[in-house]
Amino acid sequence: MSKQDSGFYIRRLHSLLGVIPLGVFLIQHLLVNFTATYSEEAFNFAAGIMGNLPFVILLEVFIIYLPILFHGIYGIYIAFTAKMNVGHYSTYRNWMFVLQRVSGVIAFIFIAVHVYQTRVQVFFGDEVNFQMVEEVVANPFWLAFWLIGVVATVFHFANGLWSFMITWGITQSKRSQQVMSYLAILVFLVISTIGVMAILAFV
Amino acid sequence: MSTETKQETIRLNIKRQESPETASYWEEFEIPYRPNMNVISALMEIQRNPVNAKGQKTTAVTWDANCLEEVCGACSMVINGNARQSCTALIDQFEQPIKLEPMSTFPIVRDLQVDRSFMFDNLKRVKAWVPIDGTYDLGPGPRMPEKKRQVAYELSKCMSCGVCLEVCPNVNSKSDFMGAAPISQVRLFNLHPTGSMTKNERLDALMGTGGIAECGMAQNCVEACPKGIPLTTSIASMQRETTFHMFKSFFGSDHEVN
Repeated sequence: MSKQDSGFYIRRLHSLLGVIPLGVFLIQHLLVNFTATYSEEAFNFAAGIMGNLPFVILLEVFIIYLPILFHGIYGIYIAFTAKMNVGHYSTYRNWMFVLQRVSGVIAFIFIAVHVYQTRVQVFFGDEVNFQMVEEVVANPFWLAFWLIGVVATVFHFANGLWSFMITWGITQSKRSQQVMSYLAILVFLVISTIGVMAILAFV
Repeated sequence: MSTETKQETIRLNIKRQESPETASYWEEFEIPYRPNMNVISALMEIQRNPVNAKGQKTTAVTWDANCLEEVCGACSMVINGNARQSCTALIDQFEQPIKLEPMSTFPIVRDLQVDRSFMFDNLKRVKAWVPIDGTYDLGPGPRMPEKKRQVAYELSKCMSCGVCLEVCPNVNSKSDFMGAAPISQVRLFNLHPTGSMTKNERLDALMGTGGIAECGMAQNCVEACPKGIPLTTSIASMQRETTFHMFKSFFGSDHEVN
């Protein structure tokens, strides 16, 4: 239970990090993956650029690892302080409230495994390339795990955009929140399609 | 007027609890039907003749009520799964047996009686009033623009009944979240021309533990509010105000010198 008054700033930081840098990185990551639908060479080229950026380890630590650890761990705390009640009150937004928490937990587990399967293997002397991903998704279990993980992560991002807009005070009126709901659905459909097509390109 | 003499009964299934420490249990009641009854008059019937459906003598069911016209908020309870006021819950509109439960968010005093102090304490914490007390007459305050008055009037309908807290998934024993009612009251008093002179004190309180940042945006509150108060608009409005307040108080602003 947060007894400190820093709670407000921590929540605002949690909301911000979900979009910048994590949301931006998610889209960029899925776009790099999407090059796999062109050809194996195209993917290896795009992934190679990402892997060979200068100071790549610092970029990863400050733009990905630290934000995701904070967002994930604090998010799990938030998820487990809720008392779900969609049984009695099954409105669209109450379902989104539940799914946001469920998808967040799935995304956190998926990302932890995913980082182990790819990035951590680099420390063991592997190289991130088309072949590496191909070998992982050749196993039907991991293929299903990745598909569910990517869809859950994109859902969490898209629906998180909706609450981000309220948290920061942008969408105040009922109408603007409604429009943002439609936009979030659109973002989910477009980005999850890109993500799923990218994975299927390795099968 | 109906002239039928057919003997009808009303079946009630009530969740009971003798004290905060004891376990709760369900008890069924069957009471004679009269036209135009509400849940309160059904409970009064049990009070007159405390016998349960099995014919056993039992203790009278206790509940809170006051105005009987849905403006005081005291008689809130969960009726057939929905939190609402029992005074405006007409027996004819419900499927029987009618299930009565106390609101689960608040500590139970006895049977359907709950202790809503949590909400009143938070209303005090956010200073949900206009401070005008002093040692001399301050004279008339500034005029309120008509458009603001119309918005404020809607917000002022809040009767602190606690339904918005009951339906909120983030107001529970694991969290300190204050719920929609006090947040909407901050909006009300910050809209007031005299109240706005102390608006930062209320915003600071909203940014404390259990404050506005803990809203999970499930938006059940606005669906359940018996007075139709735009609670989620109020919360979003206060999200904006606290965001501005956060930046202004860190970076500095002449708009915050008061």
